[in-house]
This record gives sequence, structure tokens and C-alpha cells, in this order.
Amino acid sequence: MSYNDWESVIGLEIHAQLLTDSKMFSPDSTHFGAADNEHTHPVSLGMPGALPVLNAKAVEFSAMTGLALNCKIRQRSVFARKNYFYPDLPKGYQISQYDEPLCEHGHVDYFLNGEIRRVGITRAHMEEDAGKSVHQGEATLINLNRAGVPLLEIVSEPDMRTPEEAAEYARTVRKILRYLNVCDGNLEEGSLRCDCNVSVRKKGEAKFGTKVELKNINSFRFVEKALEYEIKRQIDCIETGEKIKQETRLYDSTKNRTFTMRSKEDAHDYRYFPDPDLLPVVVEENWLAILKAKLPELPLARAGRFQADYQLPVYDAFVLTTEKALADYFEAVAKDSSNPKAASNWVMGEVLRELNEHKIEIEKCPIAAVDLARLIKMIDGKEISGKMAKDIFAEMWQSGSSPVHIVKAKGLSQVTDTSTIEKIVDDVMVASQQAVADYRRGKTKLFGFFVGQVMKVSKGQASPELVNQILTTKLKG
Amino acid sequence: MRDAIAKREIRAREVTEKFMGQIEKWNPRLNAYITLNEQALEQAKQIDQRLSRNEKVGALAGVPVAIKDLLCTKGLRTTAASKILHNFVPPFSATVVERLEAAGAINLGKTNLDEFAMGSSSETSHFGISKNPWNLEYVPGGSSGGSAAAVAGGLACAAVGTDTGGSIRQPSSFCGLVGVKPTYGRVSRYGIVAYASSLDQAGPMARTVEDAALVLETIAGRDERDSTTSRENVPQWSQKISTNLKGLKVGLPKEYYSDQVHPDTRERVDQAVEAVRAAGAETVEVSLSLTDLAVSIYYLVATSEASSNLARYDGVRFGYRSDFSKRPAEDIAEFYCRTRGEGFGSEVKRRIILGTYALSSGYYDAYYKKACQVRRLMREQFLEVFSRCQILMGPVCVSPAFKIGGRIADPLKMYLNDIFTTSANLVGIPGMSVPAGFSKAGLPIGVQLLAAHFQEQHLFNAGKAIEEAMDIKELPHVLQ
Repeated sequence: MSYNDWESVIGLEIHAQLLTDSKMFSPDSTHFGAADNEHTHPVSLGMPGALPVLNAKAVEFSAMTGLALNCKIRQRSVFARKNYFYPDLPKGYQISQYDEPLCEHGHVDYFLNGEIRRVGITRAHMEEDAGKSVHQGEATLINLNRAGVPLLEIVSEPDMRTPEEAAEYARTVRKILRYLNVCDGNLEEGSLRCDCNVSVRKKGEAKFGTKVELKNINSFRFVEKALEYEIKRQIDCIETGEKIKQETRLYDSTKNRTFTMRSKEDAHDYRYFPDPDLLPVVVEENWLAILKAKLPELPLARAGRFQADYQLPVYDAFVLTTEKALADYFEAVAKDSSNPKAASNWVMGEVLRELNEHKIEIEKCPIAAVDLARLIKMIDGKEISGKMAKDIFAEMWQSGSSPVHIVKAKGLSQVTDTSTIEKIVDDVMVASQQAVADYRRGKTKLFGFFVGQVMKVSKGQASPELVNQILTTKLKG
Repeated sequence: MRDAIAKREIRAREVTEKFMGQIEKWNPRLNAYITLNEQALEQAKQIDQRLSRNEKVGALAGVPVAIKDLLCTKGLRTTAASKILHNFVPPFSATVVERLEAAGAINLGKTNLDEFAMGSSSETSHFGISKNPWNLEYVPGGSSGGSAAAVAGGLACAAVGTDTGGSIRQPSSFCGLVGVKPTYGRVSRYGIVAYASSLDQAGPMARTVEDAALVLETIAGRDERDSTTSRENVPQWSQKISTNLKGLKVGLPKEYYSDQVHPDTRERVDQAVEAVRAAGAETVEVSLSLTDLAVSIYYLVATSEASSNLARYDGVRFGYRSDFSKRPAEDIAEFYCRTRGEGFGSEVKRRIILGTYALSSGYYDAYYKKACQVRRLMREQFLEVFSRCQILMGPVCVSPAFKIGGRIADPLKMYLNDIFTTSANLVGIPGMSVPAGFSKAGLPIGVQLLAAHFQEQHLFNAGKAIEEAMDIKELPHVLQ
């Protein structure tokens, strides 16, 4: 048997928590980290007689996301009740959208292994979150802070064929949500959740296999690992003559395995029907036009523009556009320094390395874009050497000072005066006559030694270019 | 009375005390109230204080009212007449209650009803049966039977009821009151325990047309907390009532004058039709051919919505929870089954099961969806009829009040009682019951008036003309 004979078919359901201040249908706060059951308006508690009132901001965020995902926005969409009993579902139903969702028929382009690929978006609909059950020994405690928090569920077509594609698609959706500033994309806190539908079939077959839904995946790396495990499990099952059961499975990241959560027989009949407490959402064309005009440049378009405008390689363009703030930072440095290539090298190199090391976001970067641009200009103007620049960068990171200030304070500016350097070279050659003799006999490897000596005497401030030039001439004798 | 209080001829405290005395005396026999408001006297004293300081008071200052126990009252137990909410004290008040209090009305207490407003006789209450003040062996109607009994029995000046399929109009008819189901969206449903959200409306039950208009204009109007409330302007109906009906066209739907109607009822309705003619109105025969389907459609729509609305009573956050101390629940399903099995009465369970069935996959299209389609057709039919007349007149119910226990064993017969009232809820139009005299057995009979959406003024005008023509002076015997 060979796994290569098989192909997997993957579709994703991404739940994005929208960054509204209040809940989907009630005025209580959505902010994370409150005391247990602090954010519990009678509507969130499902009190008798409490009625939902739609949060306009949630509709705006959802429609913006729909537009960014190239969806059609329905002129009239309807909220429906999804009925099922669970202790952390206060009303005994979840308000969601069913047959008339806000966004439909879209697509997302993403970049993988040097090429652009496309995933269809079936729909994106608004719904409210449930609360949280906490099991403590015999007891189950319920926290309803999260109940009623607005979610946008983005359902993809089964267009992905590998775990890698699925993970990259999910990263791209997250990137778009963050560009729009409608979701913080935090998987650990659950503000972005990713359920995977996966089935396998023999290569060349047109019919889909039986699908399994994977839940409880809280990182993109686990999207890949969970799918890898599950695909292998399904192939093994079929190869040994078993049938795949349609079911929901949970991923356990510590064991790197998936486990049955519930089978299809246990599936609920949700008895969807239009919620009589809410009016249909009617979206007007001119409102959509305003939203469209408000859309920021999206990551893929921006990466394309970076390639064209700044002559960046594809890879660099994508790295620099993963976050809107990072792309903004790069672009500011590139423009101010008039040296996009250097800007890209510095941002992708030093800046990202330091950010990762200190685990901070680009928004909190201690070095202002304008200062990094100035540093680049100082190198390009030969005021400082590349080596000095690295040290100055470290200092900038520490103190947040401008490079001009640091150079002045430390008297660090580069020595570009030929006669001064010639004098140093002469002194070094006098002090190392043996080495000069050896060099002239053909031991050219000693060149580096002379450079080092000159730099040492000049306290690293001599222009390396000039040092090279003068040394070459003088050593020839 | 409100004028007397406003002019300080009589003190609000005395009025409230007088009503509290009546309640103490008669409520044990009528069982109109489930819970009394201990703050009532305090509220009345505050009105007196404000009047004595010449402060402005609301339109209903000092008027003692009863509130159907389906409306949440902050700090005052709200049961929906169900065991499952027997201990529920809401942390907030319904918008209707807030508006009544803001207008200075005194809330005397919470009145009995059919459990979760599911019934036509007030017999399904967990808190016992309410009696008809005109004859204690008869039902006061339902579901707002406690409210009707309270007002008719002199235990409140006016009451607020709710009407999902006739629950204001039918008990008003049975108890000789003026009851109004407003246009859907006139009155906020916020804080009213939901039975069927697309049908429920709260409205007044009072002794006169003018009182009813006054209460309705107090509670009506847009509420940001209920998305389904209308932004339509709320007129001062009570000040605009005119009994000159010249130019008013009154439609008489032939389906409402069938053989099913009790002869006494028919006679009183005919008399009321005469009264509006005498006041200058012109009558025309019209047809509402879908009337036969109204009850079926109503029970599909109402029970479907109810099955979902009542899912929140699970014993997790509030209300009744089965005693698990001796026999713990094996799993969460048992937790629900025992709590809900013990907490709900049989009529409520019947409707939850019906509604769950109608919404189930495989049955949705044949039942719920089909019902919604017919409902739209009914609406069109009514709109068409209202292009030819301004109001419709007919009986509220097929017969006067029936005896306690007379129909409770036969749900279908009980449901058919709603044949003339459910259409207004399905279509969303306003309806009114106005007293039109008595049966041979001495029980009140109401006539029903229906108008197009937001045309309540027509109801008040015609209602007042009937009221004047009937000139009813009789009082129920408990008042004597």
C-alpha cells in the first residue's frame, strides 16, 4: 500500500470573534479576562422576556470581511434559531444564520510554494457564541461571559488537498481579518477557531469520501498535524477494509491524535427557523459602497505591489505583508530611506529577529521607522560603516534613540578622510614590518590582518572601503 | 378616578387601600392574583407626596392596575403561572411595566393566567383556576383570565394582559370588559415571557373604552430593546374618540356569522351592528375564506415558536430544578428531562411537543413552512378586505363563558374556541372586544372589532358608540 495513491479533500470552518465592544445582541462587554459571569446582561443569561437587539458594528465587520473574501453580500439576510440543549447555551438555541447568510460565493487567494492558489468561500455568516462549561470534579460550572459574543463563521469549499494548503489558507484568512482589524486572530484565547472537514479518496476518483470533522485545534501548526494524523488514519482504515464513519473528532495536541467526540447518529436535529425576535438584515448598496471604499489594501495585493514598486523578491514581499503593521513599517522605512532593498534586509533581518527574540509585536518596536530609515541613509551616505550600523542598531533597540543622536554622543561617525586613513595605514605597516614582508612575498591572506589592525586603531570608524583601497595600494609597495 | 386623584379630591393611598381591601376580601374566591405587590401602598404614598408638592405626575397617577404574571416586574416574583418559574424574581421590569410606573400607575400585583399563556380558560395555571366574577362556576376565559377577573371583580381599575391568539379579547368578552390587542409592534415585548414571539402583544383590559385607550397610549411606542416595535407615531386615542361614525364602513365577514355561533352571542353581535349603524356607519358583507384555517395555522406557528422559546427553562440558571439530592442525574439529558418533566404542566408539554414536531427535519416544509405561507395569504386577504372597509365586526368567541372543567378534557374543542380571534394575531392587526350585553344565563358577551394595521382609533370610536348604545349598568354579583 502507498499513501501516495490517495488524495485528501479538506474544507475549513473558521470562527472569527469580531472585535466589537459589546455583544452581538446585547450591551454587555466582550472583553477577555473579566471575572466569571461579569458580562451577563439579562439577554446573555436568556432571562424570560429578554430580547436580542442586533449590534450594527458586528454587521459592518461581517460585511467588510465578506467583501475582503470576495463574497456577494446578500441584500437581505435572516437570523435563524439553531435549537439544541446544552447547559452553556442559555436560551436553548443559538442565534445564527441558516439559509440566508450575509456573505456567499467568495474566494481567497493565498501564496504557497512560490505560487498563488485559490480556495472558494461557500459562505460567511453571523452568529453568537455560547458560554463556557468548566468541569470541576463532580460539578460543572458555567461562565456566560462569552455567551452572545459575535462570531463570523467562514465556511470554505472543499478545495484544499494537503494539510499544508489548509494551514496556509487559514493563515491567510487570519491575515485578512487582522488587516481589516475585525478580529485579533488569537487562537489560544479562542478568538479564532478552526474546524477542519477532511475526507480521503483514491487519486483520480471524482466522488468525495466520507468526511470527518476535526475540532479543538488551537494553532495553525496543529491544523497541519491534526490533518496529517487524520488523513493517515482514514487511509489506514480503508486499506484494512474498514469504513469511515461520519463523525466529529477532537484533536489532542499532546498525544498528536484524534478521538471520536460524537458520531452522526448523535447529531442534533437543530430545527432551524427564522428568529421572530429579529428583523431581516437589509443591506443597502450605498452602504456597501462606503464599506468598499473603507477597505484597506489587502495582503495579497500589497505583496504584489511590493514586488512591483520595490523590486522585492516574492518571498520577501509575502513575509513583509503578513501583518498590516509590519507592512506599514517596512513601507515607511523604504520610502524614507529611498532604499527598499536595504529596508527589506533590515526589517526581515534585524527587526524581525529582535521582535521574535523579545516576543513583541511590530506595533511595540522600540525603533521608529523613521530612525531605521535614517540609519540606512547614513550607511548609504557612507557616514557609518555597515559594521557600525549593527552596533548602532543594537543601541537604538536598547534606548529608542535616533541613530544621529547615538553617533554624535559616542563620536562614532565614520572616518572618510583619506589622509587620516593613510596615516593610520602607514603606522600599522611600520609596526608590522615582518607581516608586510610576508605579504609581499605572496602571503596575501594577511590582508585581513591589516584591515583588522587599521580598524582597531580607528576604533572601527574608518570607512572599510577606503581602508581596502589604501591598503591594497600601499601593500603593493 | 384618575381625575379625582389628580385634583386631590381623593388620595392615591386611599384608593389603593380600598382596592387592597377588596382583594383581601374577594381574591380567595376569584383567585385573580398570584402574587400581590407589597410596594403598592408605598408607590401610592409617593404619588400623594408629589401631588402635595405640586410636582408633575403621569397620566395614570394613582390608578391601581393589575399586571398579568407573564410580564417581568423587577424584584417581584414572575411565574407565568408555571411551576418552572414558581420562584423566579426578575432583575428587571418589562418595558410595559416601566411605562406604567413612569405614568404613576400603582401595580397591585400579578394576575393569574393559563400556564405560559397557553390556554383559553385559565385552567392550566399551576396556581389554581381563576373564577368568573359574573358566575363563579364559570371560567373567566384565558389566558389573561386573572386580569379579567381582577378588573371585572373590582380588584383593579384596569389590567394589562397579553394576546397571542385571543388571550385579551376572549376573557374580556367572558367578563364584560373592553380589551384591546394592539397592532403587532405597537407595544414592546421586552420583559414579557415569550409564548409565540411573532404573535404576542400586550394590551389593556378595562371597564370602559376610554380607560383602555388611556392605558394603551401609555404603554405603546417604539422600544429600542425590542427590534419588532414600530416607529409609528402613537396618537392620543383617548382624546380623539368620536362616536360619530358617519363615513365609516364596517365589514361583516360572512364566515363569522356561521351556525357554529351560539344564538345568544349572535343576537348580541347583531345588536352591536345595529348600534354602529345607528351611529352613522355603513355595513357591507365581506368574506374571509381562510377563516377555517386560522386555528390550524395558529397552532402550528404558535407551538413552533413556543417549543424554542421555552427551551430556556432548564433549571440551570433560574427557576425550578428537580431535586437531585436523593437521586442524582445520570447525565445531562436526565437533568433536563426531570426538571422540565416536573416543571411544566401537561398543556405546555403538549404544545412543546407539537411545535418540536412541526419544526423537525422532514416535517418542517409540510408544517411550519406551509403554515407561514398560508399566514402570508391570510394577510393579503385581510389587506384586500380592508381596502373596502375600515373595520370588521363579529363575535369574539362562538359562545359565552363555559363552565369550569367543561372543555379542559377536549383540547380540540378548546382550541376551536379561538377561531375568530387568532386571525388578528397571525395578520398582525389590532382587535378589540367590547361588551354587548348578556346571554340568557346572565353571562357577558363581547363583540369583536378588527381594524387595519395601526388603525386603533377606528376601534375606539366604534367601541365607544357600542358602549354608549348598550349602556350597561349591571355589575357582577361579587361587587354587590
